[in-house]
Formats: sequence, C-alpha cells, structure tokens
Amino acid sequence: MSFFLETVISGLLTGVMYSLVALGFVLIFKASGVFNFAQGVMALFAGLTLAGFLTGTVPITHQINSALAMPPWLAIIATVGVMIGLAILIERLVLRHLINQEPIILFMMTLGLAYVLEGAGDLLWGSDVKVLDLGLPSGAVDWLLDGYGLYVDKLEVVAAVVAAVLVTALAIFFQKTRIGRALRAVADDHQAALSVGISLNTIWAIVWAAAGIVALVAGIMWGAKSGVQFSLSLIALKALPVLILGGFDSIPGAIIGGLIIGVGEKVAEVYFGPFVGGAVENWFAYMLALAFLLVRPEGLFGEKIIRRV
Amino acid sequence: MFYREVGQFKTSYAADQAIFPIAQDRWFVIAVALVAFLVVPFFVDAYLLSAILLPFLIFSLAAVGLNILTGYCGQLSLGTGAFMGVGAYSAFKLMTMMPELNLVIVFLASGVITAAVGMLFGLPSLRIKGFYLAVATLAAQFFLVWLFYKWDWLRNYSATGQITVRPRTFFGVLMTGESAAPAAKYLLALAMVAILALGAKNIVRGRFGRSWMAIRDMDVAAELIGIRPLVAKLSAFGVSSFYIGVAGAMMFILWLGAAEGGDTFGIQNSFRVLFMIIIGGLGTILGSFLGAAFLVLMPIALSDTMVDGLGLTAAFAKHLEYVIMGSLIIFFLILEPHGLARLWQIAKEKLRLWPFPY
Repeated sequence: MSFFLETVISGLLTGVMYSLVALGFVLIFKASGVFNFAQGVMALFAGLTLAGFLTGTVPITHQINSALAMPPWLAIIATVGVMIGLAILIERLVLRHLINQEPIILFMMTLGLAYVLEGAGDLLWGSDVKVLDLGLPSGAVDWLLDGYGLYVDKLEVVAAVVAAVLVTALAIFFQKTRIGRALRAVADDHQAALSVGISLNTIWAIVWAAAGIVALVAGIMWGAKSGVQFSLSLIALKALPVLILGGFDSIPGAIIGGLIIGVGEKVAEVYFGPFVGGAVENWFAYMLALAFLLVRPEGLFGEKIIRRV
Repeated sequence: MFYREVGQFKTSYAADQAIFPIAQDRWFVIAVALVAFLVVPFFVDAYLLSAILLPFLIFSLAAVGLNILTGYCGQLSLGTGAFMGVGAYSAFKLMTMMPELNLVIVFLASGVITAAVGMLFGLPSLRIKGFYLAVATLAAQFFLVWLFYKWDWLRNYSATGQITVRPRTFFGVLMTGESAAPAAKYLLALAMVAILALGAKNIVRGRFGRSWMAIRDMDVAAELIGIRPLVAKLSAFGVSSFYIGVAGAMMFILWLGAAEGGDTFGIQNSFRVLFMIIIGGLGTILGSFLGAAFLVLMPIALSDTMVDGLGLTAAFAKHLEYVIMGSLIIFFLILEPHGLARLWQIAKEKLRLWPFPY
C-alpha cells in the first residue's frame, strides 16, 4: 500500500512539473490562438541563460570563465529581462507579420522558432550539460521517510508550491488587472478587442513575456532536477497530452491534466509496464489523453466550440 | 508572351478536364520527365544521385501523402515519421518472409499495410478536430516507435535492434545495398514516384479529392451536402498513409539500407515532412515536390558551405545551421504563407505578359 501511495505521490509531483510547461502553452494559446510548440525550447533557453549568468559565462566564448558570476537573485532577474526582450523581439520580427494567418502557419512558425532558439541557446552558452545550482532543496522529505517510509523529493514539493503560487498569480492577473482583462478580450475576439482600443502588438508581447517567465520557472525546476541540457526541450512533448487532456485554453485544466497524466503515467509504468517490456511512459500519456478526448473532444476544461454553417 | 494560352481552344470535355490544360505546362512536364528519366541517370554522378536525388524523391512521395491528409482533407497529422516506419518494417518483413517477391509488389504491399494502420489511427479524427487531433496523432507516433523497439518479431529478433536490407534484384538488376548502382535505384524510385504522383493528382481531382476538400473547408457544411465524414476522413487517412508507407519502404530499401526505430522514424521526421508541405504549399501536389527539394537541399548546402567553405567546426556549424534553418522557415512563412507553389503560380501569371507588359 505504501508503495502504491509513493507511486501516486511521485506521479502527482511529476504531473505538477508537466503542468508548469503546459501553463506556458495555455497562456499563449488563450491570448493569441497560437499553438506554441517552442515552449519547451523556451524553457531550455531560459535554463541555459540562467545557468550562464550564474556561472558568469560570457556568451559565445564559452571557454572563458569570467569573474562576472551573478548571485542567484540577480541572475534570475537578468534572465527574466532576457525572456522579456525575447518576447518583444518575437512580436516585432515575427508575429506582427503573421497577423490573420491560419493557425497551422502560426504553428509552423513556432516550430521554426524552436529551431532558432535551440541553436541560439547552444551557440551562446555551449551544448554541454549544465548544473543549475540555485540552492534549491533536494533529497527526500525526512519526516515522511522516517515516519511513514514514503520517499518524496523535496525539490518536487518546492515545484508544487511554486506551481500553486504561479497559478494563483496568473489567475489574479487574468481576472483582476487591467492588462488581464485586455488579454481575455483579445482571446475572445481579436477584432472586437482592436475596436475598443486594445493594442494587439502590446498584448502579444506581454503574453509571450509571461510565457517566457513561465518557461523560466519550468526551466529552473527541470534544470535543478536533471541538469540543463538538450533533453529539456523534449518536455514540451510531455506537456502536450497534459494540454489536450485539460483543454488548450484552460489554466486549471493544465494543472488537473498534469496531475492526471502524472499519476496515470507512473501507475502504468509500475503496474502495467513490466508486462509489455517497459518504457511505456513515452506513449501512455498520449493514449490516456486520447481516451479522455474521445469522451470530451475539447478536453476536460476546454471551451466548447459551437460550430455553425 | 511565351506562356500564353491564346489560341488553345478546348473543343471536348476531355480537353477541358485534362490534368494540364495548357499546352506549355504539358510540354514542360513531359520535358522534365524525359530529362529525369533519360538524361539524369547517365550524366549525373553517383553522389548526387544517391545523396540528394534519391532522398528528394522519397521525401517528395511522403510529402504528397501528408499533403493529401493535411493539405486536402485538413487533418493535421504529426505521425508521418512513424507511418514511414510502418512502411519500412512491413517491407522488411515481406522481403524476408517471401524472398521471391518483386520489389514493386513489396513497396505497394507495405503501402497497403500502412494504409490499414493509418486508418486505425485516423479513427479519432471523427471526433477530435484541429490541434487536438494533431496531438492525438502524436500518440500514434510514440506508440509505433515504441512498438518498433519492443516487438522483436518485427525485426526478426536481430540483436542490434536494427533492420537491414537483404540483397534483392529487380528484373536481374541488383537494387539494394551498397554495391547496387545508384542510377538503378534512382530510376526505380523515379518510376514509382512519377506513377504515384500522377495517381495522386488524379485522385484529388476526382470525387474523393472533392469530398476531402469539402471536409477541409467546413466539415459541418460538407456533411449537410451529403458527404459522409466517416468515408471521407478515413479514405484520406488511408490514401495518405499508403503514400507515406510506400515512401518509408523505399527509404529503407533503396536509400538507407538499414533503419532503427526512433532514430530513423522519430518525430523529427514527422516535422520534416510537415515543413515540406507547408513551405511547398498546402493542397498542391507540385508544392510537395518543391518543399521536399527545398528541405533536402537546404541542410546539405548549409553544412557544406559552413564546414568546408568557411572552415567552422562541425559542432558550431550544426548549431548555426539550426538557427539559419529556423530563420529561413519563419522568413518563408512571412514571405509567402501559401508556399513555394503559390510563388510558382504568381510567376506564371507574370510570365503571361512578360516581356511585353502592355
């Protein structure tokens, strides 16, 4: 029983990590209808940049270690600055020229963006695996291990807390602030939003900046867990079933979807995997999401699309 | 002036429904086909044939297949890589179980098997739409690649995890492996691609193609005018997977000679083919070829110029190549979202008047 419990808890916490990536997707999809495949690479890029700032690496010449190493808080602020700059750049150079294009074109654009960011991240900071040392706690939570014999990773608990804070902050931002209302207006109808004086360009830059910051959080968590490396960009693929399960345009959906996928994946790997030769976690999440979709085609919390002729 | 249909009258229904109604187009296509069949294999060197033209042909065929599904029927699929894998593994099983089987039959049978698998994974499309479907097709991608690794029977229990091609002849000419003449492989691939592309061009003009396009443009309206979504969508998945499967079989037998699960048929491959049809032009057969040419040539040209021309280290050049590839893709999307085929269309419009615009 305690083993099952441990599996479920570890699944829940992994699910939270997936949700962190899925959140970035949802933000951008909600506000601009763009299916941003580059979210995972953005997390990688943010993680690389942060690791670079922390160690004081000079961009491009990643051989020389200068003495400019920043303390963690400064490095995080600097990385946030970089992600905001990136968002503005993307809006200026790309999005502005692709207004009114079909969703598939915008989706392809983000794939191109993923290539650019991946290459740029490696060019700037080098492609070796980096350790992200922010002083985040790691190892098992002692009292659970001693009292109940459960192994729960501290880092994942921190991730869960951070995710909870992030979602609360985003919810307040979307519901209560001026910009949040503008974002929801844009999400609802681009033209109507334009006609009441909301600047699409500004909104898009803000949304991409927000997604960039969410990507940074995801990058920190995943980077602290398994080092900043190329495979980080592949977590986008882990976040996709979470997305379709929860619905593309629902923030709570991203969280709940993450939890369901996390638990389902872990339980399947432990109890079902051995019978079919293991390594089922690559596709099980997709099959699980698919099963849910057959019942609810817009995801659990996605907005129901009413189609008329 | 040179590209003008003045004086070409259509006097019969047959002439009106011809694939290439304009004489210049007809001659151009015939000339290209003649050059490709009669000149290229004898005057082009082996490297160009086996490293550029062969992959170009194979990816063109895969792009035609995906274009049928995504461009004509509007169902976004990210499972192309795995479906090519299904084609390759079926081809491997067929050629080891029945060594006497003619290669063309192996290709076509692999296509049929892939079509069946594709229709199975196309079933969710009846309920799920848009990007939800795209992500759902990723289920096929990951599941099938996993199956390639785990199901030993598929690769005849080979210890390396790879499938390797067996020596086979086609009417007495060796076709597979290193020692086969590149020109022979090229000709076989070219013949397959030419015939299948002609078939695709005709399917999309016919009843099926029209029902697909109706579904793409608006599925609710299509249903109202009497098109059955079940038949239209599943036939699109079937035909598309057939083409992709044949392309996968040719990729394994003619081009690579050896293949291994996710390395060869991973998600990168799915994206690559998707890029081809987007850059080339959604919903055009010509676009599939243009896009394939662009995406086969571009990485080779880039890495050649950077490593050999500028003397950059391989790793640095690889990263820079990513940046340039990504930028080029974005640039093309901004420049012409309807793809290279549309640029060709515009060029033809211009050519009607050029060089005397008044």
